[in-house]
Amino acid sequence: MNEQSAVPSKLTLLEAVNLALHRAMFEDPNVLLLGEDVGVNGGVFRASQGLRERFGFKRVLDTPLAEAMIAGVAIGMAAQGLKPVMEIQFLGFIYAAMEQLVSHASRLRNRTRGRLSCPLVVRSPMGAGIRAPEHHSESTEALFAHIPGLRVVIPSSPARAYGLLLAAIDDPDPVIFLEPTRLYRMNPQVLLDDGKRLPLDSCFTLREGHDITLISWGASVHETLQAASELALQGVSVEVIDVACIKPLDLDTLEASVRKTGRAVIVHEAPRSCGVGAEIAASLYERLWVDLQAPILRVTAPDIPPPLYRLEQLYIPAVADILAACNNSLNYR
Amino acid sequence: MLSQPELRYTRYLDPSGLPIAPLPAWAADHQLLIKLYRQMQLTRLFDLKVVALQRTGRIGTYAPNLGQEAIGVAIGSLMRPTDVLVPYYRDTAVQLMRGVRMEEILLYWGGDERGSAYSNPAVAEDFPICVPIATQALHACGVASAFKIRGQQRVVVTTCGDGATSKGDFLEALNLAGTWQLPMVFVVNNNQWAISVPRRLQCGAPTLAQKAIGAGFPGEQVDGNDVLAVYERLQVALERARHGKGPVLLECLSYRLGDHTTADDATRYRPADEVKQAWQEEPIKRLQAYLAAQGQWDEQREQALIADSQARVQQAVAAYEALEPQPALAALDYVYAQWPAALSDQRELLLERAARRAQAENPGATAASGGARHE
Repeated sequence: MNEQSAVPSKLTLLEAVNLALHRAMFEDPNVLLLGEDVGVNGGVFRASQGLRERFGFKRVLDTPLAEAMIAGVAIGMAAQGLKPVMEIQFLGFIYAAMEQLVSHASRLRNRTRGRLSCPLVVRSPMGAGIRAPEHHSESTEALFAHIPGLRVVIPSSPARAYGLLLAAIDDPDPVIFLEPTRLYRMNPQVLLDDGKRLPLDSCFTLREGHDITLISWGASVHETLQAASELALQGVSVEVIDVACIKPLDLDTLEASVRKTGRAVIVHEAPRSCGVGAEIAASLYERLWVDLQAPILRVTAPDIPPPLYRLEQLYIPAVADILAACNNSLNYR
Repeated sequence: MLSQPELRYTRYLDPSGLPIAPLPAWAADHQLLIKLYRQMQLTRLFDLKVVALQRTGRIGTYAPNLGQEAIGVAIGSLMRPTDVLVPYYRDTAVQLMRGVRMEEILLYWGGDERGSAYSNPAVAEDFPICVPIATQALHACGVASAFKIRGQQRVVVTTCGDGATSKGDFLEALNLAGTWQLPMVFVVNNNQWAISVPRRLQCGAPTLAQKAIGAGFPGEQVDGNDVLAVYERLQVALERARHGKGPVLLECLSYRLGDHTTADDATRYRPADEVKQAWQEEPIKRLQAYLAAQGQWDEQREQALIADSQARVQQAVAAYEALEPQPALAALDYVYAQWPAALSDQRELLLERAARRAQAENPGATAASGGARHE
């Protein structure tokens, strides 16, 4: 990997995460990494490869196997002015750390009126589609988006992973940074290690159009873009927005787009009920219901646990599912 | 069958204040002992006042420190200003000594976040008291890790009750502190009761201190009603931690003479004769008896101390009660470093809500602002 190279090279999302970690740790001596297997092993996906060798054992900490501990320790470090980037090996293992994240990380600034703060980043792989074992395929971003004081960010491309992770590490408040495993090694992209941050409270319009708005984030952005291409072949002009920053939510961008198109389909891999799609749909209805040409539709996982891998493709919204919802929306009058 | 680990238990003064073992050399310094005594008595008078304020509706729920004064005062005396305290919610004694102001403790329990803002720079890095049980032990590990990473000769003291030792966070903290040899001291205030659950139903091991053995570092017991014992063993533990020799767990055996909180009624689950017996062993009377026997304390000094302490407490109560509530927007000013622009509509809604509340409380004000005054 050309971590300091000026020659553009194609990087995967996983390599972009690694590159951003190298950059952040090089730029700021307060940034440190902790988690299970992040050091010598470089992380089970190799996201932290090379960091221990470069920055030493005092900045890349292999912890005992205890998720609540990792989160609690990161909070103590952050209160001391360090900038811990903690890894939870899979999102399905984060629940033991929830009390620390919800009752402490999200509130330390508020409860002390700013005397102490908690500038930490939780990195965790998320989502289904890699034939992983049980508990390795969760998409529970809504749990965190519900918590005041947290930010929730989900990149869907190498460039956004790089720019958003750097911004998350800079941010003075706790950020939950979720990395879709299905995209880790998909669609490499030319990426300059220029240190440029991306904003943490803006959506990304990936494709402009005027007939319908497709709103997605995470791994589902991939199928959403494919659906948009197919619709374009049929002469439908599609706008695609990657929400990317789930909390706080850039409703202004979403509203402007749907005001223009009059139609919206929301696509997410997480289960439907109380998913972030519900929040987006409710907010859009509040803002522009008279401008809508059709009901806002959602394409999501059903309200079931992620099935073991023989059935997991049934769980993940596919291009055909998105096209079906788009056709429903476009045919509505 | 494994044998039980041999654990140290330390006590110097018996409940009547008589030495039962040779006292440590520092105990010859009567001025120090008087300082400890004065601080314990000040804590108790303040604590009793806070309970009284709750009974008369002037503050909210409070967790009394009655009977726990020796532990907190020993901690507060021995920690250096550059050390960091990560307390639980029954730590008025040590917080006062660290430099948290009385009116801030009142403010916190009186329902105002500014009570954890700690205006005194001496406590800028101390954690606020922690309500979710045992979760603070992990924050303490994080602070201690920061000290170790930076090569600073600073120590973290974290406190908890006996119930907290049953929680995963506590055990995970011990495990990490032992693995990473963190510069910290765990002080367990074993006051025998976790609300209504007695110590014997909390854990099957004969001591709580031995949990440290499983984590690879020393644990020991002291008489938590004997300030000399707490002070001596804590001093050793702090020195050890400060010089890179790793953590210590100090289990202080005490008794919760008060209710769990002002919302609790301990007579529902605790036998009266047990409480009566515990009063015979409480820490203040014990040190007072010792000092009196040394000719260092008498009724006249006691009365002067009480008068002086009560004046300080009264002053703090007045300062607390004079403080206006925070303005509405303070409720969201510190949720993020900067309130996110994407949530700006919620800021407006909160202001509108505050205006409606104000109008409901004082309907005349809005009418007047919209037209002529009628007074």
